[in-house]
Amino acid sequence: MTSTPATAPLAFADEREREALAKIARARAVATRAPRFHDAHITMAHGAGGKASAALVAGLIAPGLASPALDALDDAGLLQIGGLGLAMTTDSFVVRPLRFPGGSIGELAVNGTVNDLAMVGAKPLALTLSLVLEEGLDTETLRGEVDAIAKAARAADVQIVAGDTKVVERGHADGMYVCTTGVGRRDARARLSPASLRPGDRIIVSGSIGEHGMAIMLARREFELDSEIASDTQSLWPAADALLSLEGDLRCMRDATRGGVATVLNELATASNVTVVVNEERVPILAPVAGACELLGIDPMYVANEGKLVAVVAPSVADRAIELLTHVQGCERASVIGEVSADPTGMVLVNTAFGGRRVMDMLVGDPLPRIC
Amino acid sequence: MKFVDEFRNAELGAALSERIASVVDPARHYKIMEVCGGHTHTIYRYGVADLLPPNVELVHGPGCPVCVIPMGRVDDAIAIAKQPNVVLTCFGDMMRVPGGTGTLTDAKAAGADVRMVYSPLDALRIAQASPDREVVFFAVGFETTAPSTALTLLRAKAEGVRNFFVFSNHVTIVPPIRALLESPDLRLDGFIGPGHVCTVVGARPFRFIAADYGKPVVISGFEPLDVLQSAYMILCQLADGRCEVENQYTRVVPTEGNLAAFRVLAQVFDLRPHFEWRGLGFISQSALKLSADFADFDAELRYAVPGVRVADPKACQCGEVLKGVIKPWECKVFGTACTPEHPIGTCMVSSEGACAAYYNFGRLTRRRSEHRVELAS
Repeated sequence: MTSTPATAPLAFADEREREALAKIARARAVATRAPRFHDAHITMAHGAGGKASAALVAGLIAPGLASPALDALDDAGLLQIGGLGLAMTTDSFVVRPLRFPGGSIGELAVNGTVNDLAMVGAKPLALTLSLVLEEGLDTETLRGEVDAIAKAARAADVQIVAGDTKVVERGHADGMYVCTTGVGRRDARARLSPASLRPGDRIIVSGSIGEHGMAIMLARREFELDSEIASDTQSLWPAADALLSLEGDLRCMRDATRGGVATVLNELATASNVTVVVNEERVPILAPVAGACELLGIDPMYVANEGKLVAVVAPSVADRAIELLTHVQGCERASVIGEVSADPTGMVLVNTAFGGRRVMDMLVGDPLPRIC
Repeated sequence: MKFVDEFRNAELGAALSERIASVVDPARHYKIMEVCGGHTHTIYRYGVADLLPPNVELVHGPGCPVCVIPMGRVDDAIAIAKQPNVVLTCFGDMMRVPGGTGTLTDAKAAGADVRMVYSPLDALRIAQASPDREVVFFAVGFETTAPSTALTLLRAKAEGVRNFFVFSNHVTIVPPIRALLESPDLRLDGFIGPGHVCTVVGARPFRFIAADYGKPVVISGFEPLDVLQSAYMILCQLADGRCEVENQYTRVVPTEGNLAAFRVLAQVFDLRPHFEWRGLGFISQSALKLSADFADFDAELRYAVPGVRVADPKACQCGEVLKGVIKPWECKVFGTACTPEHPIGTCMVSSEGACAAYYNFGRLTRRRSEHRVELAS
């Protein structure tokens, strides 16, 4: 029977391994410093919120438009106008189907923009609304969406202050597209930065994850799966408002939309040059979401949310943060899911519920189901 | 999740981990190959390697059906997708695999009608719903997925569907294992057998591994406790000086396999004289093509595909990595010409391939071994 002799794989025992690792580190440093966009066509991966999306924005779109507010590449841009701190953001909504369990495109269009403002510590004040309608769209559908927009705006306490409507020929839009732009006032308590994570800080999610993405996937009826999963779309301003009372002990907030919690954590780990360690068994996931993800071979950590945030707080206030969140509607299942460790790797590690460890990387493309 | 969580129990895992530590010889280095990509996924997803002693190494085998498709066949699929009036359907993760001229995702962006399906039956349904289009299913996979392709073809024939075609890239598991075992520089001590394939073919086809090549085989399930228990069973065989085919996955795998599945495979498919495997080269009688009775459904006969063999770059050493002869970082193109964003070889294509795993997680692996050394001293 063949067997190799025992050779303890000691650190850097092999000169070639050292060279290979140095090569990877150099390649990564170049990619982070000066991203370039080489792809000949836009593919669906460029819209999935993972590595390809980041490369598109940082390599092609942002460089030509540079401004101090944009360069931060945060959820919303920050402006100082006549001594007043404002935040401004915009978002387009192209979801199919238009209505799904738990919400519809109209509610998403309000909450998505409201949440981008809330995440930079700004109270959402006003939105503009732009509608692109496809020839042949059912009037009742449109009426339903206008109602949904009005209702969501009331719930989020924002006004719709301007709008625009365009109609395109049949086949040029999936029923309707909605674009909203929002303005909010910066809260004086906010001291938020994705680069401010320190060793020991705690990672919090405001509730169970993966519901929006799975609700949409199942509502498309591509899989013959019935379930009660409903989208979690809601305004995150009440949650943000509660957490802002922690002032400087609240390091950062992000809404875990496209790319899910995994993508947010990778962005924060990179921006702060730290390692984020997640304890898998602490991540709240509803049983139907866990089951659907299991069947479809999808990791819920990468699935989109529309009403959940990731917050990083100082260790001393972690319990207080959970206490604050559990009093906010929709955040009753808030949980500390991990902490920041000092290793300057920019990586996210997961302590699996089984007792092992793995790396949770940025998504490379669209979250495609595996065949086996 | 009931009936699933039980197989992911951390306490049982820790207990099994202790038992494994008690049967290994600390002076010996063990290399165990998990043949199937599904096992590789489990090992990464749950961190199973962390529960093994540092001198037990898991080597990722050739059983990822997506990674083994050669670049030339991906190019052929793209050429079919670009034919007028064709809808090309495939499993999701096939869309990202690069051929010589890009991926199916790229072809879709450039205007081809490429659609993701979960089952060949979905592709047949698309064909029936759009009789004016020609719907091609890009079939990949081992004996695990081949029966569902076969059943779909039987149904298409029975229902007289004329606009449904299959581009068969089905492969069989035994020939590549034999090819690996034939290699004189092989350094493996045992095999974790492919549980899903065995639900179809049973345990018998793997007897030659123990009988002719003297390596233990344990057919394994896909939950983390399954894989850990299978590693334990292999290590017990090695400690006892035994060499057998054992079945850990008895709740699913019957020794004689699934005879009904065999029958439909024999009805629909013929063995190809040879087939190219990415990273392993041509292996004789290792793949399935549609039989003469199903020629009307054969996309390879229907469309003029380039059929050009795109050679794996000479510098690519995936074969040696798979055999455990070299470590990923010892390959000439590792980290330079071959990266996860622009993979050359099979081991870098899937995130679970040995090279991609090392590229992404190498620093973690290194720290883990340092940590282990501290614990031991």
